[in-house]
Amino acid sequence: MAHATAHAMHPPTATGLDTRKLAIWTFIGSECLFFATLISNYLVFKGKSLVGPLPHEASQCVLHGQMTTCEPIFEIPLVTFGTAVLLFSSFFVVLALNGAQHGNRKRLIGWLSATVVCGLFFIGMQVYEFRHFYHKGLGFTTNLFGSSFYTLTGFHGTHVTIGVIWLATLLVLAIRGKIPAEKSLNLELAALYWHFVDVVWIVIFPVVYLMR
Amino acid sequence: MATIAMGHAGAEAAYAGKRGLWSWITTVDHKRIGILYGVTAFLFFLLGGVEALLLRWQLGAPDKTFLSPEVYNQLFTMHGTTMIFLGVMPLSAMFFNYFIPLQIGARDVAFPRLNAYSYWVFLFGGLVLNASFLFNAAPDMGWFAYANLTSRQYSPGLNVDFWIIGLQILGIASLAAAVNFFVTIINLRAPGMKMMRMPMFVWMSLITQVLLLLAFPIITVALVLLMLDRNFGTHFFVPSGGGDPVLWQHLFWLFGHPEVYILILPAFGVVSEILPVFSRKPLFGYAAMVFSGCFIAFLGFGVWSHHMFSTGMGPMADTVFSLGTMLIAIPTGVKIFNWIGTVWGGSIQFKTPMYFALGFVAMFIIGGLSGVMHASPPADLQQTDSYFIVAHFHYVLFGGSIFALTAGAYYWFPKMTGRMLSEALGKVHFWLMFLGFNLTFAPMHILGLNGMPRRVYTYSADMGFGFWNAVETAGSLILGLSFLVFIVNILKTLRRGAVAPADPWHGATLEWSIPSPPQEWNFAVEPTVEGRDPLWELQRTRGALPEPTRVSGKGIHLPSPSYWPIVTAFGTALTLVGFLMHVTLGVIVAGVAITMLGIFAWAFEPADH
Repeated sequence: MAHATAHAMHPPTATGLDTRKLAIWTFIGSECLFFATLISNYLVFKGKSLVGPLPHEASQCVLHGQMTTCEPIFEIPLVTFGTAVLLFSSFFVVLALNGAQHGNRKRLIGWLSATVVCGLFFIGMQVYEFRHFYHKGLGFTTNLFGSSFYTLTGFHGTHVTIGVIWLATLLVLAIRGKIPAEKSLNLELAALYWHFVDVVWIVIFPVVYLMR
Repeated sequence: MATIAMGHAGAEAAYAGKRGLWSWITTVDHKRIGILYGVTAFLFFLLGGVEALLLRWQLGAPDKTFLSPEVYNQLFTMHGTTMIFLGVMPLSAMFFNYFIPLQIGARDVAFPRLNAYSYWVFLFGGLVLNASFLFNAAPDMGWFAYANLTSRQYSPGLNVDFWIIGLQILGIASLAAAVNFFVTIINLRAPGMKMMRMPMFVWMSLITQVLLLLAFPIITVALVLLMLDRNFGTHFFVPSGGGDPVLWQHLFWLFGHPEVYILILPAFGVVSEILPVFSRKPLFGYAAMVFSGCFIAFLGFGVWSHHMFSTGMGPMADTVFSLGTMLIAIPTGVKIFNWIGTVWGGSIQFKTPMYFALGFVAMFIIGGLSGVMHASPPADLQQTDSYFIVAHFHYVLFGGSIFALTAGAYYWFPKMTGRMLSEALGKVHFWLMFLGFNLTFAPMHILGLNGMPRRVYTYSADMGFGFWNAVETAGSLILGLSFLVFIVNILKTLRRGAVAPADPWHGATLEWSIPSPPQEWNFAVEPTVEGRDPLWELQRTRGALPEPTRVSGKGIHLPSPSYWPIVTAFGTALTLVGFLMHVTLGVIVAGVAITMLGIFAWAFEPADH
C-alpha cells in the first residue's frame, strides 16, 4: 500500500517495515491497555452510583437527596453526530495521506484541513456536553458515574487534542510545501495515531452511551 | 527523527573528542546511556540497601526503639519501591542499553534521543521520589499502597502523593524505553540474525519490553484514579462513596504480577548468556528457552489475584488463580532444567561470573519452591502477610535478579571498561554475598511459619522471634560488607586494573568481536550472522580470531548529540510534579509548555547538525 519512494538514507530493516511505523504501532498497542483499563473501570462502576444523575433513565434514583425518577443525562443524537464526525475525519485523513503519497498538494491540504476541523468539532462537542452535564448536576465527584465517565472521556479527549495539534502542525508543514511524497510517512504516522483515537471512541460510544 | 544511516558521509565521530559533563548530558549513545543507567541505579540500589540495613538494625532484637513506627514504615516502603523501580529495573536497563544493540549487530537503538529521554525521566523520577525524605513525607504505606489506607482520610500527608507522582514519572521512562527496545530488537537486527538466532539475553529482553508495554498502562490508570481520589474528591476506592478498595488491589496486581516477571526475565537472559560461555557449551534447548519465556510472560498476566487470596474472592476465583500460578512453575522448571543441562558435561570455567550465575540457579530454585507453596490458597492464608512471603520474594529478587545482574556485571565489565575486575576480590564478594544473603533470608522462612507478621516495626521478647532476627541482622551486615568489596574491586580496577582484550571469556555473541570498550559506532563493518553463537561459529571455521583493531570511524554516520531529550524530560517531570500538592496550575502549565517546546524542537532538529 505504501507508495513513498524509500529514500536511500534509510537502511533496510530486519522486517522490511519502517522503524517509525513499527514504533507507532507499538505505542498504540500499549495505549490499548491504557484505555482498556479506563473502560474496565467505567464498567466496574456501572450501575453502582449511590446518587444520580444517571446516564440512562432510571425509575429509582437519588437526585438532590430525593428518591425520584431520573431522566437520562446523555444526549444521544448529539454524541452520535459527533461520533460520525470523528469517523469521517479518519476517512478524510486517509484521503489527505493519499494526496501526500501522490504529491498532490491541494488534495493533501484540503483533506488534512477537513480532518483538523472535524477533530476540533468533536472536541467542541465534548466541551459542550461536559458543560451541559455540569449544569444538570453531574460534576466530577457527584457520583461514580460522573467520576468514571469524565475520567474516561477526558483522557480520550486529551488524546484527540494531542492528535489535533499533531495534525495541525503537519497541516502548516504541508502548506509550506514540506510534505513531499518522500516524506508522506510523517503524515502516515499521525494518521495511524488518529485512527487509533477513533477506534477507541468506537468502543467508548456503544459501551458508555448505548449500552444500558 | 534519527535513524541510523550507515555509510553516509557525515561528521567524523571521534569518541576521544567527547569529554566533559555536557557530552554526557547531550549523549545519545546507547553505551553512555547504559553507563548512566548503571551508575545511577547502583547508587539508588545502595540507598535501598542502607534503608534495609536500618530496618534490620531495628529488628535485630525485640522491643528496639531505634526507629519509630512512622520512620520504619517509610523505610520499608522506600526500600521496596527503590529496589524495584530504582534498582533492579534500571540495572536491567543498563544491560538492555549497552548490549542489545551490540548483540544484534546494530550501531545504536532505533531512537537514540528517545533513549536519552528515558534515562533523564528515570533520573528525575527517582529524585522526586526520594525528595519526599526532605519533606519528612516519604511514602509509608507499603510499595503496593493498598486502598483505602491511601485515601486522603487515612493518609493526609504528602507521602502517598510523592509515591504516585514518582511512579508516574518513572512509568513514562519505562514505557518510552520499552517502545525503543522493542522496535530495536524487531527491526535493527544485522543481516542473518533471524529471531531464532538471537542471543537469549535479547529474547528475554524482548519479552520484558512486551510486558512493560502491556503492564505499565494499567498502573498508570490506577495511579491516576488514586490521585483523583486524593486530590479531586472522587470515590473510586472509597467505600463511603460507593467505591471499592479491592479494585485497587486488582489494578495494582494486574500490573504488579507482570512486573515481577519484568524483574526476573532479564536475569534469566543474563544467566542464559553466562552459563554456556563458562561451560564451553551452547545453551541447552534454545527453542524451549524461548517458548518457555513467552509462556511465562503470557501466563503472568493471568495470575494476579494470587496476591489477593485473603480478600475473599470466593472458591472459583481462588481455584483459577491457584491453578494458573502452579502452571507457571512448568515453563520455569523447563528453564531450570535447561540451565542444568547446559552446564552438564561442560568444561566449567570457575570464574566470578560463573559463581554468581550458578548461585542464581540455586537461590532461584529455593525462591521458586516457596513461591509454588504460596500458590495453594489454604496454605497461603497462613503464609500471607508473614515473613514466609518476605523470604520468598527476596530469594527470587535478590537470590534471583541481583545475583544474576551481578553475574552480568562481572561478565560484561571488561567489555564496558576495557579492564578486568579482580578474580580474587570477585570470589570474596561472591562468598560474602552468598553467606550474607542466606543468613539474612533463610531464617525468614522459619520466622514466617512461626507467625512473625510482615511490616511490623518491632516484636515483643516473648514471641520467640529474637534469635533468628538477630541472625538475619548479622547476615545483612555481611551482605553490606560484600557490596563494599564489590565497590573496592570496581574502583581499584578502574584506576589500574588489567587491560581487557576484546574477548576475555571466549564468548559466543557479537559484543566480544569488537574492542573493549567498543568504539562509538560499535562495528567497523556491519556483521552478517550465520547461526546462533556467531563467534563460536566463526571460530569453528576460521580458528582463533585476531584482536580487533580500532578504526578511525571515517564515513560512519552517527546520530548527533542533543539537549532536547533532557529538556523534554524536565518538562515531563515538572508537569507531573504540578499534581503533587493538589493542582499547582502554574507548575503544570510551565511543565506542559517546556514539554511541548522540547518535543517540537526535537522533531524539527535535523538528525545531523
